[in-house]
Order: sequence, then structure tokens, then C-alpha cells
Amino acid sequence: MGRLLLVIRLAAKDARRNRAEALLLLVAIVAAATTLTVALALHGVTRAPYAATRAATSGPDVVAAVQQSTLPRQLSDLENAPGVVASSGPYLIAMANLVIDGHSDPVMAEGRDLAAASVDQPKLTSGQWVRNGGVVIERSLADLLGLKVGDRVGLDNLAGGGFGPGGGPGPVGGPGGGPGSSAGSIRAVGPSFEVVGIAVTAALQPSPLNTYAHPSGFPEAGLVWVTRAAAEQLASITGGAFGYTLNLKLADPSDAPVFVAAHQHGGLVLISWQAIAAKEGLIVSIEQTILLTGSWLLGLLALASVALLVGGRMEQQTRRVGLLKAVGATPALVTRVLLAEQLALALLAAAVGLVIGWLAAPLLTNPGASLVGSPGAPTLDLSTILVVFGAAIAVAIVATLVPAVRASRTSTVSALADAARQPRRAGWTVALSSRFPVPILLGMRLASRRRRRAVLSAASLAITVGSLVAVLMFREHASSLDTSGGLGGLFRFSGPGDPLWERGMDVMLVFTLALVLLALVNAVLVTWATVQDARHASAIERALGASPDQVRRALVVAQLLPALPGAILGVPVGVGLYDAVGRHASTLPSAPALVGVLVVTIVVVAVLTAIPARIGARRPVAEILQSETA
Amino acid sequence: MKTSGGTLVACRGLRKDYGSGEGLVRAVDEVDLDVARGETLAVMGPSGCGKSTLLHLLGGLDRATAGELWLNDRRIDELSERALAQLRRHEVGFVFQAFHLMEELTAQENVELPALLAGRTPRQARGRARQLLEEVGLADRSRHLPSALSGGQRQRVAIARALANDPLVVLADEPTGNLDSAATLEVLRLFENLHARGLTLVVVTHDERIAATADRLISMRDGAFVDETRLTGGIGSLAGLIEFGG
Repeated sequence: MGRLLLVIRLAAKDARRNRAEALLLLVAIVAAATTLTVALALHGVTRAPYAATRAATSGPDVVAAVQQSTLPRQLSDLENAPGVVASSGPYLIAMANLVIDGHSDPVMAEGRDLAAASVDQPKLTSGQWVRNGGVVIERSLADLLGLKVGDRVGLDNLAGGGFGPGGGPGPVGGPGGGPGSSAGSIRAVGPSFEVVGIAVTAALQPSPLNTYAHPSGFPEAGLVWVTRAAAEQLASITGGAFGYTLNLKLADPSDAPVFVAAHQHGGLVLISWQAIAAKEGLIVSIEQTILLTGSWLLGLLALASVALLVGGRMEQQTRRVGLLKAVGATPALVTRVLLAEQLALALLAAAVGLVIGWLAAPLLTNPGASLVGSPGAPTLDLSTILVVFGAAIAVAIVATLVPAVRASRTSTVSALADAARQPRRAGWTVALSSRFPVPILLGMRLASRRRRRAVLSAASLAITVGSLVAVLMFREHASSLDTSGGLGGLFRFSGPGDPLWERGMDVMLVFTLALVLLALVNAVLVTWATVQDARHASAIERALGASPDQVRRALVVAQLLPALPGAILGVPVGVGLYDAVGRHASTLPSAPALVGVLVVTIVVVAVLTAIPARIGARRPVAEILQSETA
Repeated sequence: MKTSGGTLVACRGLRKDYGSGEGLVRAVDEVDLDVARGETLAVMGPSGCGKSTLLHLLGGLDRATAGELWLNDRRIDELSERALAQLRRHEVGFVFQAFHLMEELTAQENVELPALLAGRTPRQARGRARQLLEEVGLADRSRHLPSALSGGQRQRVAIARALANDPLVVLADEPTGNLDSAATLEVLRLFENLHARGLTLVVVTHDERIAATADRLISMRDGAFVDETRLTGGIGSLAGLIEFGG
């Protein structure tokens, strides 16, 4: 117990003495832990809400639809197909403009019975079911448009003809305008329906992506329910129904994909409940993929950060190790002391990351208003907690163990004398460097002194640039997708305004910001460690006649030498990452974009080095040399 | 002020302060000095008297608070850092108590470094380094790292390095401070050779054996010169020093 208290006390005191480094380490691990927490929280988040919606609405196992103005017999025949045990419909679909305060949005108006259907009876979350003069709005559409029960909306045909509750053309030309309008004439203005209810259904994807369950040529059309009579009258203005839908229940719901495959012909389009469920989860699954991949990348960057921090700290702790050993600490105890501080910080960072991730997750895990019982803040299950803590501990141990063991094995006398760890010698580098101008000569020799740091720096940049390249590739791919309307296609982005696009971009932005932050932390750490390590050598070089400018440039060269290959390596890393994670063929970013990423990365590294190098060059040479021998 | 024809290094009213107000420490206090070409000057004094600071000022490793500093008829106290670096490159050689060798470079590579900094080709730098290591008796140790050399050997490498660009003056700060007697004699032998070749030397030391080899001895205390002695005959030679039992 005494030893444990000693270890804790020593670790705590050291952390307090080196608050800046402790803080940097915390930032690095918190970023990775937060991303990992959110990614794990997304797993399966929509399963429960979709299942609940299906149960609450008696959701269909199969939705069949056809786009034509008259009801085809093959659609009606499906009601009696083998395996079908219940059905509702066929329901007429009329395309219309939902007009609110002069602003219009295309919607599909489905004509429904006043009585509840046995299959796919939308569940009201507020208000009541359809009635004459009333319209029920699908909830995600209502959220999008800010509609609530009691609001008044207009429903006019897409060509501009007005339509009112009286069954005929609605007022046109302005409030109080006279009756009468015809297709192609001035659009009706002013609300003509009352929003009597808001409901959810399991038979379509979140608006406005309801293109699959209710095929239409308008991918951005929402869904509203009106009476059959209202739908027929609206269709009559447009020259007929846009299409019809039929909802089916099967004896075995798991057979829905087989049923779909067997009956999808002759203009009929069918979709199974499994496909709808997959689409419901698509937004979240894409986010999860991005975040899960991103969290491992951030974890690697955090590992590099911690390794850099710990490596530098261990060199400073040499004398402390000597003192501990001089008073009787065994190498094992010394290792425990050195590890304890990093482990404690890692555990703290994991806890903070878990909390932040848990609080941030609802921003991304809310599957949308189209499902019953949106999850809100996800619960953190034990497996998520264990994975996050485990990852943080693994990062701390992997980064710390080797330097700690090495430090504990240093001879006591050497440690007490605070003998700095000797720089590595690379004979070929020394020989090669002598052929170059002075800044490159000095820079090459400086870079070769600490190979582990150079490798960490290069690896960190490769991960950073690789991640940015993958992000660029994702954006390129998303921009290049077919956004035309019509039947078919698994999913598509229509671009800004499309929730799938917006959510994906939001997640990408969060991940990119975290990545850039961590990469900057790493760059600062490498720079700081290099400048500190080079202090003595730089002072000697200046004493021998190197100018301050030459020494500064040498430091920049020393940083750029591992940075440049690391950044270039990041391009194939990014392509490989995208191919491994993405679901589609990769599209390389444009050459200007790639070059831009590389140039900006290198410039940032150069600037981050030049600043401390300039500050260090102000110190008189004599002062540095005397402090090194003090 | 223009130095007289025989004066290589000169300073007038040289002052170096650290801190301010009540914490002010005057390390060098209004010092006047002339060092003739080819002269060996020893500066002695107790620890903290300012002799090392004086040496650093003379070599441009630190900036004076006040006063004038001249080297080879050129005023150097107002030079830029870049100009001072060039000065150190071509006209001044340093020897430090702690050697200050690059640990990852061999003896030869350490000696080559000033020549490379001065823009010589690798071949020229290599040739010069080999010649100098021969002169200091370390030709067979040229490929050794400093960690594989004794203290005396390291200091000899440092001396060779200081001579790489044929400086006008060599400034040595406690060159034997970390050496045993045998190594001290090795270094003394080298300094005597340099003196015989006409090189100007300014040696800061608290070792009387070193001081005894100089042409002139200046004593410092509290940042100021308190005594000056011209040394002639007696134990003013290495042979005499050995006979004296140093």
C-alpha cells in the first residue's frame, strides 16, 4: 500500500509540475476517445426506432407501387398473391405543391380512407386522421416545413392550378380572389387545407428521400395524406393519378425480399421492409463508418502525440530516475512510477472523452423525425465504456512502456549525472550532408540525430494527409453521383439540402477539425522537441561560425526532411483508406486539390518550426553553452 | 579609436551587466585591454570574477552592455549577429572547458565542421582536418567518437577544430579545467606550439600552470582588472614547468 501511495504521489507531483505537457496529452487522447465514443454509440441506433415504428403502424412487409394514371390489374392482383395475408390500398397518389405563405414544396398526396387500414396505418403523433378539408403531414416533412396541427396550407397542382376544400379549383390571384382556375393559370395562393394531424409511417424513408417506397420523378417530394376524394379531385386537375401504391403483409415477413424479386416486373416497383429499414439506417451507418474509421485514425495520431510527449519527458526525467534508484527503487518500481502518470492521464482523458462523446452523440444519432421514439441521448453500454478505456490505456502503454523501461535500466550514476541520451550517428548522412549548403548540411545532421522522432513525425503527417485525401475523395464521389429523378437507384445525394449529404458533410467536418487539431498538436510537439534537442548543437554551430539565419533554416530543414515524404506517402494512404472503407469505386481528388493539401501541410510545418527557431536564436550563444554545462 | 599596428584585440570601457535594479550584476566592469599580435595573454581570477564573460564578449558569443570592442582594426561590438558569425568563422577560434564537441560526429568530422561552415569543399575540409589531427597527435583517433576519447584527447580535438579556418586569435576558456595532469601537459604542449607559430592566444584560467606559459598575466576580480604582470624567463616555458613539477 505504501508503494502504491508513493507511486501515485510521485505521478501526481510530476503531472502538476508539467501541466502544459499533461494538458497536451489529455487533448490528444480526449479527441480520439470522443470520436470513438460517438462512433460506437451510433451502432444500431436506428434499429429500435424503426422496429417500434413498424409495430406501431402495422407497417407493411412489402410496398408495391406503379407510376401510371390508371390502376393496373397486376397491382390489384398482388393482394391475392401466394404468401400475402393482408393488404391495404391500392391508394391513389397525386402530385401537388404544398403552399405555405407563398412558398411551395412538391408533395405526394396519398388518398386514404377515413377508417384505419389494417396494414400501414400511419401513427398520429399529434392531431387526428384525415377528414374532409383536412390534411395529415408526415412528421419529418412537418419538421422540415415547421408545420403543426391547425396550420393552413394550400395544395395546388404542379402546373399552378389551385385546389380548395370545396372540391373545385381554389381561389386564385390573391386572398379573397374569385373561384375558377385552370391548369396553367395563376397559382392558387393562401391556405386552403387545415393540417389536422401529423403522423409517422414505416412505409417510406425519411422525407425528402421517399423516392423508393413511393416512386416518383420527384426525389424531393414529401408525403401527405388526404381523403380519397381529395386525392381524386387533385389528380383530375393534373390529368390523372401520378401512381398507385399497395401495402402487403406476408405470412413470413422474412420472405419479403424473395417476394419482391418474384413480382417486380411489368412496370411494378416493390420494396421490402428490410430495404426500408436499411435506408432508415443509412444516414447513421454512413456517419458511423466515418466516425469509426476517423476514431482509429485519431487514435493513431494520439499515439504519435503521446509517444512524442513521453519520449521528450523521459529524457527530462533521467535525473529523477537516478534519484529514485539511488534511494532504493527497483527498476520495476521506477517503470511503474513513469507509467502511472501517463496511465492516470489516459484514464482521465478516456472518461472526459466518453462524457463529451455521449453528450455530442444525439446530434448525430437522431435518426430523424420520421420514426417513432427517436433515441435522444444514447445509453453508454459496458462494451463501449470498456472499448474506449481500453483504447486509451493501450495508447498510453504502447507509447510509454519502451521509454519507461529504457529509463529504468539507465545506470544510477549516469542518471544522476543527468547525461543526456546520446544522439544517433548516421555516418552516411554526415558524409552526404557535407556536399550541401550549410542550412541543409546542418538540417540533415539534425534530423538524423533522433530517428524515432523523425519516423513519428512522418507517420503523423502521413495519417493526417491520408485522412484529408480520403475526405476529398468522399466529397468528389458524392458530387459526381447521379442526381436525376426517376425510378431506381439505391440511394443518391442530391447535394446540399439533402439530409444524407448534409449529415455526411457535418460528420466529415467534425472529424476533419479534430484531425487537424491533433495533427497541429503533433507538429508542435515535434517542433518543440527538435528545437529543445538542437539547442546545444545549434549553439556550438553558432560558436563555430554558423549564422542565426543558417541555424534557423537548418531547423526547418530538419523538420521538412521527414515531413515531406510523410506527406507524399499520405496520398496513397488516403486512397487505400478510402478504398478500404468506402463502398464505391474511388475517385481521385483533382490534382490542384492534392497539391494544395501537400503544399499547405508543408508550409504549416515550416511555419511551426520557424517560430520557435527564431525565438531560440535570440538567446546569446554563451548563455546556452553555459547552461548546457551547468 | 584605431588600434595600433601591433594590436589585434582591443577593448575600451567594456561592460557587461545582467539583470537590472537591485538585481543588477556587473560581470565585466569598464575593462580596457590590448592584446598584441602573436601574444599569449592569460586572464586569471576566482570563480565568478567575470573572466569567462570577458572571453565571450571578445569572441562575439555575447553582447556587451557598453564599451567598444576591436578586432583586427575593425570595431565589432556593433556588428549584426550574422556579421559576428562570419567573424567567428574566419577570425576567431574557441576552445571551451567542456569541449563542446558534437557527440554524434567523429573526431575528424568535428574538426571538418568549421571549414564546411566557411564554405570549403568536403575534400578541402577533410584534408585540413587530417592535417590538424596529425599536428595534435590524434591521427589514429580520427574515426573515434568523442565518447571513445579521453578528456585530454577531446580537448585536443577541440583545439584542432578551433584552428580549422586559420583564425587570427584563439580564445580558450579554462581549457584544462576538466583535465588531469597528464592531459593538462598535453594541452600545454599544444599551446606552446601555437605560441611559437605566432598565433595570438587569450586563455582564461585559474590554473597557475597555464598562466605561467603566457607572455602576460592579467588578474581579475569582481569584473575588473586588478593586476597585470609581464612574464619573462623563470618558469615561463613548458620545460621550466615540467622541471618545476607541474
